[in-house]
Amino acid sequence: MRGDRPSSFSNLKSGDGVDRIANFILEKAACMTERFVSRGFRGRRQQGEFTGRVPPGQYVESGFPVLSAGPTPRTPLDRWNLSIEGKVDRARRWTWSEFHALPRESVTKDIHCVTKWTKLDTHWEGVSVDTLLAGLEVRGRYVIGFCDGGYTTNLPLHDLTGGKAFVVDTYEGHLLAPEHGGPVRLLVPHLYFWKSAKWLRGLRVVEADEPGFWESLGYHNHGDPWKEERYSGD
Amino acid sequence: MEGRALLGRLTWQLGDVVSVHTETTRTRSITLAVPAWPGHRPGQHVDVRLTAEDGHQAERSYSIASPSEAGNRVTLTIERLEAGEVSPYLVNELRVGDRLELRGPIGGYFVWEAQMGGPLLLLAGGSGIVPLMAMLRHRATVGSKLPTRLLYSARSSEDVIYRDELAGLTSDATGLETIYALTRSQPSGWSGYRRRIDMEMLRDVAWPIDRHPQAFICGPTPLVEAAASSLVTLGHDARHIKTERFGPTGADRR
Amino acid sequence: MEMENKLDGNAAGGVLQAIFPFDMTTAEGICAGCGEHYVMAATAVYKHGMGTILRCPSCDTVLIRVAEIKGCYWLDMRGMRVLLLLGAVA
Repeated sequence: MRGDRPSSFSNLKSGDGVDRIANFILEKAACMTERFVSRGFRGRRQQGEFTGRVPPGQYVESGFPVLSAGPTPRTPLDRWNLSIEGKVDRARRWTWSEFHALPRESVTKDIHCVTKWTKLDTHWEGVSVDTLLAGLEVRGRYVIGFCDGGYTTNLPLHDLTGGKAFVVDTYEGHLLAPEHGGPVRLLVPHLYFWKSAKWLRGLRVVEADEPGFWESLGYHNHGDPWKEERYSGD
Repeated sequence: MEGRALLGRLTWQLGDVVSVHTETTRTRSITLAVPAWPGHRPGQHVDVRLTAEDGHQAERSYSIASPSEAGNRVTLTIERLEAGEVSPYLVNELRVGDRLELRGPIGGYFVWEAQMGGPLLLLAGGSGIVPLMAMLRHRATVGSKLPTRLLYSARSSEDVIYRDELAGLTSDATGLETIYALTRSQPSGWSGYRRRIDMEMLRDVAWPIDRHPQAFICGPTPLVEAAASSLVTLGHDARHIKTERFGPTGADRR
Repeated sequence: MEMENKLDGNAAGGVLQAIFPFDMTTAEGICAGCGEHYVMAATAVYKHGMGTILRCPSCDTVLIRVAEIKGCYWLDMRGMRVLLLLGAVA
C-alpha cells in the first residue's frame, strides 16, 4: 500500500471539481486492487478464437475437470431409481430400465463452470425434463435436485422446462462414468455447471425456493453465466 | 503439545526465491527467504498462491522439505504434474529473484520431532517423501540415533528424490535403514522390491508391534490408505499411525 | 477404481487457520451424524475451486464447509456437534 491516503473527503474544499472526487475514488480503488502478481504466471488462459461463445470471465478448457464435494456414490443399478416428487399431483418413479424406455434425445452443449472453465460442444444423451414432467400437474414454482451423497441444487421450474434441461446418462457416446456423475446427472447447460447435479436421484417440486449445497454457501441462487451470476449478491 | 494450539491466524506472506535445485527430471527444490517466518516443525506444509495479471489465482499445498533448524529459509520440493496448473510454473518458470506468496506453517498433527521418540517407520509414495525428508533432516541435525526405517515407493530409481542424500544418511551408525520399492522399472541387477507397498512388504519391513513404532505415511491417497489399513491389520496401534494424503497423481486428475 | 480427489484434514489446515487462530489439524471433533470422535487431521477433505469440504471419516457426514468469496468466508459447521480445541485457552 502507498503512504497516507485521505480516508475521507474532509480535505476536499468546497468548490473542488467533480474531477477531484472522481480521481480520489479511482485512486482508492487502485489501492484496493494493488496486489502481488506472480511474474510469468498465466494460468490456463486462452484468448481469442471462441470469444463469441464464451461467457464473460471464462476460458476454454479441453479437459474435463472433476470437482467433487464428497466420495463418488456407487448405487447399484438394480437398486437405483429416479423420482419426481413433492408438489405434483402424483409422484413418479422410474427404475433404470424404465428410464431407458423413455423417449431420448441427443444434445450438444457448451458447459460453463463457475471456476471459470468452459468446455465447448459436449455431447450428451438422456431424457428431457419436459418428458419427465409430461402429464403431471406441477403445483410449485421451484425444484430441488437431490442426489446420492446428499448434494442438492435449486432451480426455478422454468429453468428446467421448454427444452432447457435434461437428465443424462451418456457422455460422448459412453455411459456416464461415476466420477462424472453416473448413472445420471442433471444437465442444465444455460446455468453454471454446479446446477447440473451429479448422481441425480430426483427432482422435488416445492412452493418456496430452498438454496442447495453451494447456493447456501455464498454462490448465486440463480447462476446465469452470461450475467456472471457467480456469487451471492452478484 | 500443551499451549501449542494458540498460534494466530495465518496470513499470506511473500518469500524471495534464493535458490533452486533440480532433484529429478520432474522435481525441483525451491528455497525461499521469508522475512517474518515464525519457524516450522518437520512434517508441516505451506499453501502457495499464484496470481496472474488478470487476477486469476491458483492455490496448492506443498510440504516443507527443510528441517526446522533452517531459520527463515523454507525449502519446498515440487513435483511437476503434467496437467497441473501450479506445479509446471514452480518447476519450470519460477527463478531466483522471483517472489512467491505462501501461507504457513500449517499442521501440527503430521509432525515428528526427536523428542517424540521412536522407533520410527516412514512410508513414502512418490513426492510423499518430502515431509518425511524434513523429519530425517531434522533427525540428522540433532544427531538422533532413534531406530528409523524408511520404505520409499517410486516408479524408478530416476524418480527417487534425494537419492544421494538418503544414501549418505543411511547406515548402522545413524540407525536409519532405507528400503526402496521401484514399481515401474528397475536398474539391472536390482534385488529390491519391484511392486507397490502391500501387506506382505509391510510385514517384512515394519517394526514388530511390540516395539510400538510411530508411523508416518505420506503419498497418493490410495497408497496411504492401503498402507495404513495394512499396518492396522498387522496389529499396529492406529493412534500411532499418522497420515498425509497428497491425492491422486497428475495422470489421474482428469 | 477411479480416484476421487480425497485428501485429509491436513489439506484444510491452511484455510481453517486463516479463519481460526488455532492449529486446526490437531483440533478434535464429534460428528453430528454418527457421534464419532476424531482428530481433524484424519477427516476426509474434498478441496477444489469452489470450496473446501470436510467429511466424517466414518459416515461421510459433511462436518465443515468453507468457501472464500469476494473477500469473505462462508463457513458452515453444522455437521460438527463439538469442536475441541486442545490447549487453546490463552
